[in-house]
Amino acid sequence: MPRVAVTGVGVICALGHNQEAFWRALADGRSAIETMTAVDPQQFRFSAAAEVRGFVPEEHLPPKDLPLLDRFAQFALIAANEAVAQSGIEWTPELREEAAVITGSSMGGRGAEEAGYWELFHNNRTRVHPLTIPLSMSNAGASHISMRYGLQGAVYTVSSACSSSAHAIGQAFRQVRSGAAPMAIAGGSEAPMFIGGLKAWEAMRVVSKDTCRPFSADRTGLVLGEGGAMLVLEPLDAALARGAKPLAEIVGFGMSSDATHITLPAPEGAARAMRKAIADAGLAPEQIGYINAHGTATEANDRTETAAIRLVFGDRADRLAVSSTKSMHGHTLGAAGAVEAIASILALGHGLLPPTANFTRPDPNCDLDVIPNAARPQQVEACLSNSFAFGGLNAVLAFKAWP
Amino acid sequence: METVQDRVLRVIATTSRKPLEAVRPDSTFQELGIDSLDRLNILFELEGEFDIEINDEEAKSVTNIQQMVAGIEQLLAAKSKSISLQAE
Repeated sequence: MPRVAVTGVGVICALGHNQEAFWRALADGRSAIETMTAVDPQQFRFSAAAEVRGFVPEEHLPPKDLPLLDRFAQFALIAANEAVAQSGIEWTPELREEAAVITGSSMGGRGAEEAGYWELFHNNRTRVHPLTIPLSMSNAGASHISMRYGLQGAVYTVSSACSSSAHAIGQAFRQVRSGAAPMAIAGGSEAPMFIGGLKAWEAMRVVSKDTCRPFSADRTGLVLGEGGAMLVLEPLDAALARGAKPLAEIVGFGMSSDATHITLPAPEGAARAMRKAIADAGLAPEQIGYINAHGTATEANDRTETAAIRLVFGDRADRLAVSSTKSMHGHTLGAAGAVEAIASILALGHGLLPPTANFTRPDPNCDLDVIPNAARPQQVEACLSNSFAFGGLNAVLAFKAWP
Repeated sequence: METVQDRVLRVIATTSRKPLEAVRPDSTFQELGIDSLDRLNILFELEGEFDIEINDEEAKSVTNIQQMVAGIEQLLAAKSKSISLQAE
């Protein structure tokens, strides 16, 4: 089967508006979790979030396009623009006709919906904005990327909660590997900082009152984040032939369903997805040197994910570096798989493993090497990026360093 | 008049779709087969029933109905105290 290269990445999240800023913060172990500004924190039982700060959409996108773009679609398009620019891809009519765009989002543009519904329910309006549907549909990000570059192949959106963009990247990887698409832009975006969405998360009682402390004994839950992240995938041979420098190889994808409980994760399901990704990559488990964990910092996830890693790696789990970068960029929900895939790719490229920030003291139920608080210079051969969603849906990506 | 305990039993029975007689003052959540999602529903309904706010961390340590009733009585006492302070 043809090999698949990642030739461009783009990211905008709380850590920064592009991959350089994103990587600098990860390398410094700097958390971007702060008091919420998009809403009044007084009305919530939590106050911390990982928001994209200092964001002026007009600096990134043509102002005339902005009325058509909800915040989540803006993040998708901005990340795609950065990824495409880095890839240096040479568009031809043939490439454009068959190229794929596959995005993930959990909530899509529900923020735009909320704004309209607020007017209906509170201000006795009888109409909502005419663009409410095209703004809020979850595929808006994919469609705008498709239109921006004239890409006419398989363009669609996956919504599988916190695994959305890992599923999207995995699907795109398989399309490119099989030859169904000559290249793909894949990733995800999320903009969950609106009252109704935040209230729904509050009611789940999984949002931390202080900050995100994955794998720590005193962790108290996740911290919500926002952002977008996109990858350019193309056949390795085609990338090398046009003189592109791969950032990494995407080598495996595994997915599974727990088929047990709508919110409580099960270690066996997560373990099966990791095993499938490693097998799909044609790697031996000992070739995996790093896992970018799902690591939400909820009591259940971190304990279950630790158990799952032990099921897959056995005693070797003790020599495996594992970190949750959610401690720095928050839980970006449908964008998380893509944001963390890029953290993994950059870690392979820089020979530096990002830490688990905000770590205080070890939890016996999470007895892994979690790279506490400071990045670690270490060149690993290959890594996994884990995503496990509410609904029991697991998606794991495997990447290999490009020498 | 319904006591606090009666109201807690009723809310738990209704929320977890069990006959009221199956939910006893000495029942544990485990005996009742109440899982993490049922707990969320019960906490949500109890907050509405009593017009109180139940702290996430404190709720985690509650494993049976006696503890739940005691916790709610404390919250109700704190609420009536703050209301009487406001009245003064």
